[in-house]
Amino acid sequence: MTDEVKVAKMTTAQAIHDALDLALAKDPKVLLFGEDVSDPSGGGVFHISEGLSTKYGEHRVRSTPISEQAIVGAAIGAAIGGYRPIAEIMFMDFFAVAMDQISNHAAKLRYMSGGQTGVPITIRTAAGAGMQFGAQHSEMLEAWVTHIPGLKVVVASNPADCKGLLTAAIFDDDPVVVIEPTLDYWVSGPVPEGEHVVPIGKASTARPGSDVTLITYGREVKFALEAAETLAGEGISVEVLDLRTLVPMDERAVLESVARTRRAVVVHQAVRRGGLGAEISALIHENLFGELEGPVVRVAGPNTPIPYAAELESLFVVDSADMVKGVRKAVQQTR
Amino acid sequence: MTETLPQRTPDKETLARMFELVTAINLTDERFRTLLSSGRARSTYYSPKGQECISAAFGALLRPDDYCVTMYRGLHDHLAKGVPMRELFAEFLGRVTGTCKGKGGPMHVTHPASGLMVTTGIVGSGLPIANGLAWAAKLSGTDQVTIVNFGDGASNIGAFHEALNLASVWELPVVFVCQNNRYGEHTRYEWATSASQVAQRAAAYEMPGVTVDGNDPVATYWAADEAISRARSGGGPTLVEAMTYRFWGHIFGDNMRYMPPEERKAAMDADPTVRYRNWLLEHGHLSEAELASIENDTLAAIDDAIAFALDSPPPGPDELYTDVYSETVVPA
Ligand SMILES: Cc1ncc(C[n+]2csc(CCOP(=O)(O)OP(=O)(O)O)c2C)c(N)n1
Ligand SMILES: [Mg+2]
Repeated sequence: MTDEVKVAKMTTAQAIHDALDLALAKDPKVLLFGEDVSDPSGGGVFHISEGLSTKYGEHRVRSTPISEQAIVGAAIGAAIGGYRPIAEIMFMDFFAVAMDQISNHAAKLRYMSGGQTGVPITIRTAAGAGMQFGAQHSEMLEAWVTHIPGLKVVVASNPADCKGLLTAAIFDDDPVVVIEPTLDYWVSGPVPEGEHVVPIGKASTARPGSDVTLITYGREVKFALEAAETLAGEGISVEVLDLRTLVPMDERAVLESVARTRRAVVVHQAVRRGGLGAEISALIHENLFGELEGPVVRVAGPNTPIPYAAELESLFVVDSADMVKGVRKAVQQTR
Repeated sequence: MTETLPQRTPDKETLARMFELVTAINLTDERFRTLLSSGRARSTYYSPKGQECISAAFGALLRPDDYCVTMYRGLHDHLAKGVPMRELFAEFLGRVTGTCKGKGGPMHVTHPASGLMVTTGIVGSGLPIANGLAWAAKLSGTDQVTIVNFGDGASNIGAFHEALNLASVWELPVVFVCQNNRYGEHTRYEWATSASQVAQRAAAYEMPGVTVDGNDPVATYWAADEAISRARSGGGPTLVEAMTYRFWGHIFGDNMRYMPPEERKAAMDADPTVRYRNWLLEHGHLSEAELASIENDTLAAIDDAIAFALDSPPPGPDELYTDVYSETVVPA
């Protein structure tokens, strides 16, 4: 007997909708709320939750006032009260307004209570540049949340993983921040039908290779694969590691790959200074210093706010050409 | 209080219960301050002395399964909600036998078994979480009520306004209890607050708002009763502002120079515990023997709890790494 998983082509937005729909159907303790999410208010600004409040009732899929602290606070309280709330913060930039609830409460209540009050919430949020939304609606702020013990953080690079990681997040007993690359909402790909779980904490090898490991996550994985293809033409074999979960990071996968290739390039869209790339780079140097052919190379955003003008914005966003340069630099370094 | 005898007097059992709670808070505070002054224990301490009648009134009304959210100045609320004294003291002293294994401390006491769900050190941030607890109860179809305690200063932070608005539009079974002790840290109420009374702010959110003498346990009891009954019967949230005064400044050890001495003296001369005791006695609600027996039993329980806490070990080094996540994630 073989369990054949049916696969359908869908956009990331549809994959997320699918994950939410299945979770709401599976567990009456799952709640979804945020600004504009219910059908009378349009089913979400990206229409991701369209139909869900009609199907599950506005007591479970509920639009909120524009009150980010109140949204995350209500999620935390409801979680302590026995529910599995999914709170939507429209753009990750708005975390700034809710950060007290996220950092001081969602992340710390389990610890401060000596394990008595866990906070099984999911915070979904759209992030990333590329649509000329300007400096306040575009930032990847994963470094803010990965720095806070108590939070888990995931970023998917394709529709299937978006569905699978979100499902895992909803049923995880800890607060999970799910970062959804905004531009990817309209990108489609194959997605398993029915319940699909991608375990939190497991990286995936998006492309095997032997000369250098390109470590990245989210939207940048696509460009990393393009870069790897280009570099293959130059005789450089690039392994692309898609982290998928940023906390708890699959450190074993990182170290195992780099131990083989002896060279690493870390890529993220977020600004370089204090970015997660610095952490990954330190992890590699601390563990594999003697085995590396050269220092880890970082390819990351410039230390600036995100500009509006399309010409400047595209300069800000790292692309496959930047990654190709980074890999060439890494490969030229030989002991 | 002797002059303005409330029209209705709660039954003897309730009056006695409130006296037990007032006494527990008053004596615990006294003992704890002595412990700190003598150097036998070390802790940051935000004394609730002066505010004990507010917690006692709510405590006499709330059920164990009702939820309470409070803040760093929370010892009175913890005791009134029924957090066991031994575990409470142990937590204050950072011992492994504490409510939170010594990992929360006085600002973060949590004891879900008593309905004490969150104690926060961030001004005003308990209110949005209380909404969530109230929402959970409402969704589950229980008649549990959530109360959240905060100060007058907290009514100027955004979270207060977001929370009152949401509670109103969602008709949540929550009672917002503002313990107006006239100061936020060292800043006088009037210097920081646009409304002459915090309760007036309820009007902006179309919820009932009431100001009550928080040093009068009977008056506070009736105000609390109305608000709790409203929440329990599906009538939505209430903002209760209880007027009071903190005897020992913001934090224990505070030089209190910003508090006019005559103002503080007047408040201390009208010590609400003493006032309530005298009133109970004068009006024949409880006899001297009954009052003294409550006091003696309370003192014995406090001494037992202090001894228990002082004898308890601190959490072991492994506890640093546990409870960060639901499963133990080995730290890097
Ligand atoms: C968000 C935030 N800002 C500032 C502080 C520092 N702080 C601690 S207590 C306090 C005063 C709060 O006054 P009030 O709300 O009246 O409560 P009280 O201490 O008088 O009981 C301040 C400013 C804090 N803990 N949290
Ligand atoms: Mg105050």
